[in-house]
Amino acid sequence: MLPAPFEYHAAKSMDEALGLLDTLGEDAKILAGGQSLIPLLKLRFASPAHLVDINGIKELDFIEEGDGTLRIGPLFRHKAAERSSLLASRYHVMADAAPQIADPIIRNRGTIAGSVAHADPSGDWGTVLLALDAELVLRSKSGSRTVKARDFFSGPFSTVLEPTEVLSEIRIPAARPQTGGAYLKLERKVGDFATVAVAVHLQMDGGKVGSAGIGLTAVGPQNIKAEQAEAALRGARLDDATIKEAAALAADAAEPKADHRGSVEYKRNVVRVFTERGLKRAYERARGGG
Amino acid sequence: MPIADRVAVRLRVNGEEVAVMVPPYKTLLEVLREDLGLTGTKHGCELGECSTCGVLVDGRPYLSCLAMPLDLEGREITTVEGMADGSEPDPLQVAFAELGAAQCGYCTPAMLLTARALLDHDPHPTRDAIKEALSGVLCRCTGYLKIFEAVELAASRGRRHG
Repeated sequence: MLPAPFEYHAAKSMDEALGLLDTLGEDAKILAGGQSLIPLLKLRFASPAHLVDINGIKELDFIEEGDGTLRIGPLFRHKAAERSSLLASRYHVMADAAPQIADPIIRNRGTIAGSVAHADPSGDWGTVLLALDAELVLRSKSGSRTVKARDFFSGPFSTVLEPTEVLSEIRIPAARPQTGGAYLKLERKVGDFATVAVAVHLQMDGGKVGSAGIGLTAVGPQNIKAEQAEAALRGARLDDATIKEAAALAADAAEPKADHRGSVEYKRNVVRVFTERGLKRAYERARGGG
Repeated sequence: MPIADRVAVRLRVNGEEVAVMVPPYKTLLEVLREDLGLTGTKHGCELGECSTCGVLVDGRPYLSCLAMPLDLEGREITTVEGMADGSEPDPLQVAFAELGAAQCGYCTPAMLLTARALLDHDPHPTRDAIKEALSGVLCRCTGYLKIFEAVELAASRGRRHG
């Protein structure tokens, strides 16, 4: 099973990659980990005439925290996220998600940014970034712009990324004290896409919720940010009634379709249950536990 | 659609430098099998679901069906053909044979290589660590139990050269 013929370009720098995209436009695709793009090429769902491989640009593989921001580069791979002590200690929703991405072999190669740019509604990282209120830096030869994760996705496998742009950096507000998160994923077997998954990120402010982020995976045409549930939590004490209310609002925000993984009612109920559990786990972690 | 020319690719496979002329859209899997004659690496789903095409790149399991050869120049690629040391099989190969951990054998190369990567990193893994490491490689015959036991047997015997 072979992709349609393409020309292969090994970019040695971001400038070179951006120059190629500028010239080739829609005829070119960026190759990072390739764990989603190459299957698409083989299935002939995509047949770009040019592939611009960025794997040789080692400086794109980074994670760094400073000036109130966690920055993640385009070649930061799932396995590195899984092994990151920084993420494990302070960015729980990411640390939870990383080992649940596909299977260990895919994780050796696939990248977070590539997964986000691929924009599969069943993808996990987009949901995590929605909960974290991340920003994405989109760079082209003529400059760069920053968009909120919530404005990035525009439908199934669709984003606002222009053909001449690269997702060059993910920016996440740095974790402060009293931060907790969780990612809960239901899958039929290891390596399967989510039946349903829920990302929760909590910033506590004393005994109350300072801000809350909730993202939903595989229950709509794109990853969903449950904004009404987030609003209901803001400024509230995290008691059982508040958690139940937020979970019900998150379930309302889901737009699942029935398929071989489950019915609409089932998936919506999993969103409710996972939001409750996720909030409790995130709260526990924000208080320094589990 | 352009007709892509063949390009020269230099790879390091099982400790040997090889150079091939291939179309750039061939994945590592096809290059290994068709251009280098290393047919131990198997075609499976072609899409990253089954891991039957798994090889090691710098000691870590990669899916050869989703890897572009031009991207792997200068890296150390190991296929199942590179596991034995001359006529002496890898301890994992011996244990798989002794315990009947291969039935149809189709997933066996990827199972062996993935297990090798695990043991190189963690010489005495727990059963859970073995399950996790091999979780991407699908076997439709054995029910996995014999495979797990074979990895444990090989681990208990230690490295080939002590």
